[in-house]
Amino acid sequence: MPFIPHTPSDTVDMLRAIGAKTIDELFDEIPEELQCAGLEAVPEALSELEIGRLMRERAAQDEVGLNFLGAGAYEHHIPAAVWELTTRGEFYSAYTPYQAEASQGTLQVIYEYQTMMASLTGLEVSNASLYDGASALAEAVLMGVRVNQRSRSRRILLPESLHPHYRAVVRTITASQGISVTELPYDRETGRSDLQALDCYAEEDLTALVIAQPNVFGVLEDVDALADWALDHGVLAIGVVNPMAMGLLKPPGDWGHEGVSIACGEGQPLGVPLSSGGPYFGFLTCREALVRQLPGRLVGRTLDVDGKPGFTLTLQAREQHIRRSRATSNICTNQGLMVTASTIFMSLLGPEGLKRVATRCQARAAALAEAAVTVPGVEIAFPEPRFHEVALRLPVPASRVLGGMRESGVLGGVHLKPWYPELGDTILACATETKTDRDIEAYALALQAAIESTGCAA
Amino acid sequence: MTEIPNDRRYTKDHEWVREQDDGILAIGITDHAQAALGDLVFVELPVVEDAIGSGAVCAVVESVKAASDVYSPLAGTITEANTALADAPELVNSDPYGEGWLFRLRPDSPTEIEELLDNEDYARLLTELDD
Repeated sequence: MPFIPHTPSDTVDMLRAIGAKTIDELFDEIPEELQCAGLEAVPEALSELEIGRLMRERAAQDEVGLNFLGAGAYEHHIPAAVWELTTRGEFYSAYTPYQAEASQGTLQVIYEYQTMMASLTGLEVSNASLYDGASALAEAVLMGVRVNQRSRSRRILLPESLHPHYRAVVRTITASQGISVTELPYDRETGRSDLQALDCYAEEDLTALVIAQPNVFGVLEDVDALADWALDHGVLAIGVVNPMAMGLLKPPGDWGHEGVSIACGEGQPLGVPLSSGGPYFGFLTCREALVRQLPGRLVGRTLDVDGKPGFTLTLQAREQHIRRSRATSNICTNQGLMVTASTIFMSLLGPEGLKRVATRCQARAAALAEAAVTVPGVEIAFPEPRFHEVALRLPVPASRVLGGMRESGVLGGVHLKPWYPELGDTILACATETKTDRDIEAYALALQAAIESTGCAA
Repeated sequence: MTEIPNDRRYTKDHEWVREQDDGILAIGITDHAQAALGDLVFVELPVVEDAIGSGAVCAVVESVKAASDVYSPLAGTITEANTALADAPELVNSDPYGEGWLFRLRPDSPTEIEELLDNEDYARLLTELDD
């Protein structure tokens, strides 16, 4: 079945209409040495039967062991209704359609989503979503630079305790825009941002401070102190948060005396399954006063000519089809399907359900930490408070321990050494509401067996 | 016929520049420009004390479906922005030459203003645009 609608005779007709002999002629202004003759690395086309089999084989390579991995993507229970509804034909499209207002249902879902995210983060406005948490942070940083006109430095302070992937993405996206990034060290004892180190910057011109809650170690930062420091020094504060944790923790809009101006994060925990790394979605919320610097689409509620309520794309003068190169961003609604799922997920749980899940996550992680330290030689790297992850210091080489656990069907955690060499044999383990007492017992047993089998003395 | 006061100078980008007694220049957009843009919903203003080059973008006027850059007609330092426009951008529509001014600027070179169009030049420019 052809997926390209032009038939060969259509192509001939079109070429004749514009006076070109061949399709190649259309590209003749591109020098020959820059043209790609063939795509050697791309294999021959497969039939549907063959590709189906190949994909099933690849999917089977995803281990479905007992999963204690976190570090940015989290396993949560997703009620069956979420994807049953999301994949209905009426919703099953990623983007806002052209003539968006003709699709009132799609716009209403986005409007409800925006309302939920604004409420969850304690801020007034949300956009219709971004690609993922890390690029949402990069957009938040760009927005912060546009907004904080009191600062001239275009210099951003990122906590070292922020996920290294997020730091890398922020650097990639902002580097060519004259924005410099400085990293705020964390305290090796507490795993939290070092407030004393922060004071080294008291006299310097900083444009924005990023605050992660929880941070990459699962540790809760002193967000009130960090937000107030930013406030006192004319630095714009940006919160990057786990939305599930917001069921339990103070939202960024309430941090310190005045709250942060911009919040963002990864939306995956809200109804999007772990799936070889994506697709996920990013969220971004802000104070109403900053809305014109917010990137992305925005849905508003209005009245139609008959006075009936309806939904519409609003404040479009920020966007690329109107403002061209000076648009706030080129982001649209690429992740709309994930947003639909998360909106249904949040509406099924409600504020109470979200709080129950978050509370249970924290309790499960506490139980995991307790069980892990019963294994001789295992220590908790950083003290509480934590959310649903815990960094564990092992007495033997961590990669061998994780390998051993994996063989017994337990994904035991993420080795932190490649990201934080100074932490040595420390792993990051996560337990969400999905983990039972028996699962946690199985974790401790697998951990102990794997440590013993390394043959190293504890 | 749009109004073109003779107490100030104009640019080809439909901005006006009026020299005050203290040598500071007030800058706004012309009646023709506001009519072409339609009802304004937002004005983004420059930061006071910013040094602006001649021809640099220093403000944005936004209507419901368009956003238009405002260029600084002269090099100088911003001394004041019309903060009343934050709550009432419609002043640019209702009184473009008065209450709807955008910003004030201390020019680097006070004589540069004489290179801009006078009211008759600008009237001729508008007539040419109509043709």
